Amino acid sequence: MNRTYRTLYSAAIIIAAAAAAVGIGALVLMAIGVSVPETYRVILTEPFKDMYGITEILVRTVPLILVGLGIAISFRSGILNIGAEGQMQIGILAATAVALALPDLPKWLLLPLVLIAGALGGALWGSIAGLLKARLGVNEILSTVMLNYIAAQLHGFLLRGPMIDPAELQVGSGTPQSMRLPKAAWLDRILTGYRLHWGLAIALGLAVIVYFLMWRTTWGFRMRAAGAEAKAARYAGIRVESCLAAAMILAGAFAGLAGAIEVTGVHRRAIEGISAGYGFSGIVVALFGGLHPAGIVPSAFFFGLLLIGADMTQRALSVPANMVLVLQGAVILSIVSAKTWLNDPYARDKAVRKMAALFGGGRK
Amino acid sequence: MAKNANRITELRVEGITKRFPGTLACDSVSLRVGEGEALALVGENGAGKTTLMNILMGLYQPDEGKIFINGNQVRFRTPNDAYAAGIGMVHQHFMLVPNMTVAENVALGSSDLRGRFRLNLGAARARIGEISERYGLAVQPDSYVWQLSVGEQQRVELVKTLCFGAKFLILDEPTSALTPQETDELIVLLARMTADMPIIFISHKLAEVKALSNKVTILRAGRVAFSGDTADHSPADLAALMTGHEVTLPRNECAEGCGETLLAARGLKVRSDRGHLALDGVDLEVRAGEILGLAGVSGNGQRELADALAGLRTPEAGSITLAGTELAGLPPRKIIEAGMGYIPEDRQTEGIVPSFTVSENLALKDFAAPRFAAGPFLRLKATDANAAALKERYDIRCPSTATPAGSLSGGNIQKVILARELARGPKALVAVYPTRGLDMGAEEFIHKRLLELRREGVAVLLISEELDELMNLSDRIAVIFKGRILATVPAPEATKARLGALMAGLREGEGATA
Repeated sequence: MNRTYRTLYSAAIIIAAAAAAVGIGALVLMAIGVSVPETYRVILTEPFKDMYGITEILVRTVPLILVGLGIAISFRSGILNIGAEGQMQIGILAATAVALALPDLPKWLLLPLVLIAGALGGALWGSIAGLLKARLGVNEILSTVMLNYIAAQLHGFLLRGPMIDPAELQVGSGTPQSMRLPKAAWLDRILTGYRLHWGLAIALGLAVIVYFLMWRTTWGFRMRAAGAEAKAARYAGIRVESCLAAAMILAGAFAGLAGAIEVTGVHRRAIEGISAGYGFSGIVVALFGGLHPAGIVPSAFFFGLLLIGADMTQRALSVPANMVLVLQGAVILSIVSAKTWLNDPYARDKAVRKMAALFGGGRK
Repeated sequence: MAKNANRITELRVEGITKRFPGTLACDSVSLRVGEGEALALVGENGAGKTTLMNILMGLYQPDEGKIFINGNQVRFRTPNDAYAAGIGMVHQHFMLVPNMTVAENVALGSSDLRGRFRLNLGAARARIGEISERYGLAVQPDSYVWQLSVGEQQRVELVKTLCFGAKFLILDEPTSALTPQETDELIVLLARMTADMPIIFISHKLAEVKALSNKVTILRAGRVAFSGDTADHSPADLAALMTGHEVTLPRNECAEGCGETLLAARGLKVRSDRGHLALDGVDLEVRAGEILGLAGVSGNGQRELADALAGLRTPEAGSITLAGTELAGLPPRKIIEAGMGYIPEDRQTEGIVPSFTVSENLALKDFAAPRFAAGPFLRLKATDANAAALKERYDIRCPSTATPAGSLSGGNIQKVILARELARGPKALVAVYPTRGLDMGAEEFIHKRLLELRREGVAVLLISEELDELMNLSDRIAVIFKGRILATVPAPEATKARLGALMAGLREGEGATA
């Protein structure tokens, strides 16, 4: 009996949270004078209407999963990586540079090399903050945010200067983008005619690997112990500082790989702006997914859906796509609040007792 | 003191019930404190004492039950309601701002002394003076709190509570951080104060209960197990009522049995976080099969010594040897591997990873050893089997070994730590305040285990402030004061007075402070 009430309680909280999110969104939509039900219908159903919508959701899911996994590793290990955006941009540059420098290598060699270069680039960028933290105790939030700025400038400078496509200079359009990558560096598309690429398989495979790494290996145990309670970990002989540095390097590698996969799978060249805020959304995806791969994959899919939904509402209803960011914010706030309620066993027990008093049955 | 004009002559609670998820913290508890009375509220950890006091302070709302003051029913929705009704509480952990003066601390908490932008320090000083004089509580209004000793801070807390207009006092384990002398002073002081206001105090220490209270209420598992006059019962009776069975704290009876020196520190100099020499040339020797007690008021270098022995603080000079191996300057991992067992001071954050399961915590030092890992992979089954066995052997009370260790009671957390350390078969064990804040049942358990280790030939260094504990368990007792060992006394020759004097820094054979 009590179990039923508990389930009811959880269900009620979730429904209330969803209603709150929808409600906040509705208020904003009404304020800008568009049809509320129509907007929601477009966001939530339109992307599923055809193959294009579904594959495009997945295209956005891939970098979100990858960044999210790296964030989960770092947060679980007790270091807050806010620098995924910058690490991703460095990954994009490194991958592009390697692909353009070695155009004659065969695909079986070049593509892995390019992806590894991307991961290494991100790892390098992450390691700066990681080592500063481990050696000098520099606050990682500060250093990663600042490194984001540096990476963004470096990215812009290289794509507008040394790495710009010579064709852009000849034509004079000057779009900040690199030359097209050699075909040997392309990540293949899964279905012809759609942009969805095999990066999806890499992301899903890595999600499984991260689970094993963090929860089934001694290495992961060490990292999680360091992250969960650094003092106890120190007393147990764990070198917490090394864990922090390693976590940041790995988080950077994941962000860098996300960048390399975006370049090789979707755009096939480095273009300014292709990191597209994934580095930040990835943090939300990871937290939303409970810092666990099993949560991060669906959470990334959900945020992918919101991104596509935003595009579609803009086109179909001329609701500005930025509105969806507002909606995203409302969803996150509602879910985070709902989680505190769901995780508060005291509130739950109280509600269960009230329900039991009202409807009878169920003593502890 | 217009506020004291109307006194609280009776506080009565009836049928207080408070539920927490999965537990009934208070199960229709009733008690009564009248004029001139001091009620001791005793019980094991988790018996519901703190919950009950938090209800009296308006921090929790009871699910059922009523509170009466002077016969009138009251409801406390917030702590402010409780303050307004004249109830004041001195918490176990002091609620003072260290970098403010005493007067500022007092003014900060009193609504009438705290203007919108500035504190009325003059009035605060005056009120402090008045209260100091009235109760003989010596307090300097202009000293900074951080400059004060723990005993002085306690007095400041009392003065602060009285300045807020308290007409009824609740003290949560008031003596847990005090030296024996300070404890005696506090007991005299509180006895004087009961003339003016009723007092409830929470304690584990039955000797204090006897000394101070005239009424005692014992809680067990959320229920009142006993209520009566203190004078009619011996501490042993009370202990039995509290735990539900006879408690006899074990003693170190055997004088012989010490082997050669296993753990030794020589000329150890260690700096504190603030940079001064917290240990200034410490020499200690612990022999196999010996418990060496280290007495001292906390803050005299114990933490730094413990850190140095664990490898968390690099000594500036001197050596630490364990069975002949030099350990000074080695990382914690090497020291653990050399056979050092360790029960850290703060069990919640240093002894366990609270969010990890009991199972994981029991393997916290060995998760990468072949016992629990095959190459890089964890052997979860072996970890769980180990936990199940230790849970049984050390009587760790938890719903399952997959429960987060942080959700266990203090006594059970300590059992988890003890189980982990002892199962590793250490050569030496450093136990830092191992029973601080634990109830008698848990204390008994831990004392027995420490004596067992001694019989097995382990060198045990017991750092404690509890003189009873030290005198019961140790073979020899060293006293630390300001980073130096003042004296090492064989346990049979140790008396409380002698140790107390040494702890206060009086050198033997000298009349004045060293």
